[in-house]
Amino acid sequence: MQQDGLILELQKGNQKAFERIYQLYSESTYGIIFSIIGEKDIAEEVLQDVFMKIWDNADSYDSSKGRFFTWILNIARNASIDKIRSKSFKNKKQNLAADNFVDILESKTNFSASSDAIGLKKYIEILKPVCKKLIDLLFFKGYTQKETAEELEMPLGTVKTRNRACINKLREIVGN
Amino acid sequence: MAEIEEYISSGILELYVYGALSETESREVTNMLREYPEVEKEVEEIEDALQKLAVGVAPYNPEALLASLKSKLTPRTPVRSITPESTRRTKWVAYIGWAASLVLLIGLFFLFQQNSALRNSLTEAETKNSIMEQQIADIREDAENTKQILAAIRDNNISRIPLQGQGVAPDAYATVYWNNEDNTAYIDAQGLPEPPRGQVYQVWSLTMQPLTPTSIGLLDDFVDDDNKIFALQNANESEAFGITLEPEGGSESPTMEQLYVLGTVAAP
Repeated sequence: MQQDGLILELQKGNQKAFERIYQLYSESTYGIIFSIIGEKDIAEEVLQDVFMKIWDNADSYDSSKGRFFTWILNIARNASIDKIRSKSFKNKKQNLAADNFVDILESKTNFSASSDAIGLKKYIEILKPVCKKLIDLLFFKGYTQKETAEELEMPLGTVKTRNRACINKLREIVGN
Repeated sequence: MAEIEEYISSGILELYVYGALSETESREVTNMLREYPEVEKEVEEIEDALQKLAVGVAPYNPEALLASLKSKLTPRTPVRSITPESTRRTKWVAYIGWAASLVLLIGLFFLFQQNSALRNSLTEAETKNSIMEQQIADIREDAENTKQILAAIRDNNISRIPLQGQGVAPDAYATVYWNNEDNTAYIDAQGLPEPPRGQVYQVWSLTMQPLTPTSIGLLDDFVDDDNKIFALQNANESEAFGITLEPEGGSESPTMEQLYVLGTVAAP
């Protein structure tokens, strides 16, 4: 649920509002960043940067252009992509940033303390391979509809409808 | 309503939440969402599902991670609750950090102390050294003077003329060692009292028939001269020597009331 009042408070520079926004969005943002970067410590750094950007640039969020979540999503993806393109990252972590969200979920075997993640992993396996691809590109990697269509060699309209079906499945899995 | 159903099932709302639409398309969806609550509800459910998926992808132990992140954020955003475990760890790290800097600081202070102590003792030693050098030079000079005096007195050509105390100073005495080969008269003034301030002893050479005094010099620096032996030039055919107390700078002729010592040269 998007809380417009909370966002307005954030834009006014209310630190309490920032805390609440952090609680609401930091974990999912961390997931997005981690799926792109694939390295915990660096992802953590980027997460911090992203929330600083959210604080500094809250004014530039315009609700008529889209969801607040989507706005954060874009900041997080851009910051992560900037990071993996940076020289320091390329020098150190060349082989890492390859996993997609499914690989990440699958690697969360028995070590995971989060039962949610174990459950999610189990159910994500139900998703068709094409769904995994679509969600990875569109959600985690921030591809446009057109880029996704080219990447997966499917018509533009099909991307939209197939993805819709995939998200319906996901909604069943996560239980709403 | 069928149109709305169709709109929802087109899949555009998912792309909207992804951020995969153009700005114009996004604005259109926003307008729809504001107009139709069922569209808004659908968008929120999509968003919720995606958020849960993203949370599932976040690395293990999000609690600890968030606590550590929050502690990093504190300078800009005060956070009230941090889990005790990580607090303890953060504190330990902080303590170790403080302890390390303290040790370093003490170490630096120690070095600094040592350094300035060394510097001080070096300066002290240098000062002592130069004082001693000065003393040695003084002693050498004294020794040299004494040697010269001794050599002068031992010279075969020397005549020793004792001067006796006179009316103003009956206990005073002096001795003139006169070398009439090189015309030097050494005045040993050990037996004269210290002259009062502003006055000076003046040495006279006297010839008797008629009595003619000739000044041969002043005993300058009387007080500071340790061995009280003064070398003066005397080219006169002296028959006697006298020492008077005169005002500073000396006088043309002796003040006879202030005649301290007097002695005649023994005939050869």
